[in-house]
Amino acid sequence: MHELSLSSAILETALRHAEERKVNSVELTVGALRQVVPSSLEFYWGIVTRDTVCEGSALNLTEVEARVECKACPAEPWTLDNPIFRCPSCGGSDVEVLAGTEFFVESIDVEEEACTVRG
Amino acid sequence: MHRTRVRVAEDALDANTTIAQANRADFDRESVAVVNLMSAPGAGKTTLLEAVFREGLGDIRPGVLEGDVQGSLDADRLAHFHVPVTQLNTDGGFGGECHLDANMVRTALPEVGLEEIDLLIIENVGNLVCPAEFRVGEDAKAMVCSVTEGEDKPLKYPLMFRTCELVVVNKIDLLPHLEYDLDELLHNIESVNPGVDVVQTSARTGEGVELFREWLMGVGERARAVA
Repeated sequence: MHELSLSSAILETALRHAEERKVNSVELTVGALRQVVPSSLEFYWGIVTRDTVCEGSALNLTEVEARVECKACPAEPWTLDNPIFRCPSCGGSDVEVLAGTEFFVESIDVEEEACTVRG
Repeated sequence: MHRTRVRVAEDALDANTTIAQANRADFDRESVAVVNLMSAPGAGKTTLLEAVFREGLGDIRPGVLEGDVQGSLDADRLAHFHVPVTQLNTDGGFGGECHLDANMVRTALPEVGLEEIDLLIIENVGNLVCPAEFRVGEDAKAMVCSVTEGEDKPLKYPLMFRTCELVVVNKIDLLPHLEYDLDELLHNIESVNPGVDVVQTSARTGEGVELFREWLMGVGERARAVA
């Protein structure tokens, strides 16, 4: 059900920018900290796009790792493999999330009418 | 025909955020503070609210927007406390959604009577996943995590635990009957959301409910200070 809501939100954004042109693909960036299951999202995409200009379009996901930086010590930012927001170097909890919360529609690929040159 | 790439660069949940901001504007205009209360099903949100309303919130007038997939069981329970309660069913035209979003809350606002309350508690649908993703215009999010749910809950649902200002650990009256490591839960909460406020309660016995009451009153006072 969650991915159904998210697919609908992506569709609404894509349709607004498509301006009734046929959509071939949608480029989406999803951070690891968002609760998105890519295969589930693609499944629901196929359902919500029926009878719209996005029907048959590909949903291309670029996944972004969760990167966190400690504000208290000079340790390099690290990638989160599990949801522990504590610095592995100093053990401190004053951390900043640099990446991983994205849920962005980057672009859409549409069919444009060819320009006709009047002679 | 040729293909064109159209740059969008929008958050996919922009539409929800826009409506959440419209809700926020309505709340600010009426000086109403809003709490989005979330949890897994059965953690004790409604029972906790009953315990809070039994004592009241001082001179802060509460109201409840009750979110459930179906039925009015929770709203009926809370109505006994002479607190205005509005029931919002997600199966009433919203396809049985498992969470409340800004649009659903907006459709219910005309019935809520914002001018007669100071604090609106939105009791979300029981779900540890989706409600964390959808802002509805609230001042603060809080969640209830009961000791019958497993110490590893924060590790399995980090977004929910991270998005909340307050975690209420409920059903502590059951601890003598459980093989439950409360310290492990508290450690996991702190690991996932360092510094988050945590209170321990039993909605059934009333133990610790005062702390949740005080937190709610604090949120209500914050809105008044800004008004």
